[in-house]
Amino acid sequence: MKDTLSAIHSLMHTINRPVRLMEVCGTHTVAIFRHGIRGLLPDGITLLSGPGCPVCVTSAGDIDAVIALAEKPDVIVTTFGDMMRVPGKTRSLSGARADGADIRIVYSPLDALKLAAENPSRMVVFFGTGFETTSPSVAATVGEAVRNGVENFLVYSVHKLVPPAMAALLSSGEVQVDGFILPGHVSAIIGSAPYEFLARDFGKASVITGFEAHDILEGIRMILAQIASGKPAVKIGYTRVVRPEGNPKAVAVLNEYFEPEEAWWRGIGPIPGSGLKLRAKYEKFDASARLGLAPVRFEEPSACRCGDVLRGMKIPGECPLFGKSCTPEHPVGPCMVSSEGSCAAYFKYSV
Amino acid sequence: MCLAVPSRIVELDGMKAVVDVRGARREVSLLILPEEVSLGDYVIVHAGFAINTVNRDDALEALRFFDKVLQSGGEGVFL
Ligand code: SF4
Repeated sequence: MKDTLSAIHSLMHTINRPVRLMEVCGTHTVAIFRHGIRGLLPDGITLLSGPGCPVCVTSAGDIDAVIALAEKPDVIVTTFGDMMRVPGKTRSLSGARADGADIRIVYSPLDALKLAAENPSRMVVFFGTGFETTSPSVAATVGEAVRNGVENFLVYSVHKLVPPAMAALLSSGEVQVDGFILPGHVSAIIGSAPYEFLARDFGKASVITGFEAHDILEGIRMILAQIASGKPAVKIGYTRVVRPEGNPKAVAVLNEYFEPEEAWWRGIGPIPGSGLKLRAKYEKFDASARLGLAPVRFEEPSACRCGDVLRGMKIPGECPLFGKSCTPEHPVGPCMVSSEGSCAAYFKYSV
Repeated sequence: MCLAVPSRIVELDGMKAVVDVRGARREVSLLILPEEVSLGDYVIVHAGFAINTVNRDDALEALRFFDKVLQSGGEGVFL
């Protein structure tokens, strides 16, 4: 690690200007704090968090829609546990559950399918959240529902895609970064090719890396080497888990059941082609289509700056509510709810 | 949320397997795993699905990181 750090210092000397890097994935945000990476780096390097926390980018309108589903007497809603506390317009899933809605936490989408098979008289809706790491599993679960003839299993998909969101951030011109620390486990599925536009269209350096201290430092070194040489190109530093082609089977399963559509990102708004919906052929598994429900879209209320934090435009401490009215105990915005949210990570490690 | 946990396969049954993570046993699906696996192989698991294979040394190293995250009280990291 010492060698990597001295290489980082000498590359910064060559580059001779400040460098801004964005870690796209919330797990990296936590790992960077956990390992005290900022304290090891030369002053010229700024690390910014990106939009890669699925809990943080789920819009309040989608939370409200899922609550509305859960309040129907013949519906059971199933969700990953970390969505429970995300605020909707007036309530979170956990608030709605306390008010009597049937909302259950599952570890795997297959648990939701099992629940559907056990409760044939009710509709079991799985709240499909997460990026490319998660969506192939949900697709495979729909495949199992087809195979086993389970007709009362539905998905409310707010799945999101990482590369289109990055493309949108860069195209908007608001995000000033020199390079990207790319997600490890999203990339285990999609491989490196979907990120090639970063260098080709935007001249940005990038490296897919893991979550250990040495992975992150080596990733930063590799990004700086690209910047110093003026030759950006997506590279894989996490070869023990990520292959250039990713997991082709998972991608094939995903594409069989889902297709891209516009998605709403909390605090950011709509991004074309950055979400996933079930293909028309599998519409009977689509909760919105089958139960006739559309999320209400509205601007996020309050002074929460989560949208700016997710775009790397503000750090959490620049939000007036941070650590005052907004804490992990009483989160105002979604970036404080998830343990991977940037505000929660800053609060936990720096307050 | 996008973290995947390295786990050792201790039982195999078609497209299902039982894995051992730190002594805890869990059923995982092999439906999206690109290659065949045998007993004793390591896979990384996310939301009840094995998403890739990893070699033993890498798996053991990664598990050390999970221990640290768990000690620091990181919740939700297994999703
Ligand atoms: S501190 Fe709270 S209110 Fe401020 S941006 Fe973060 S989540 Fe939003």
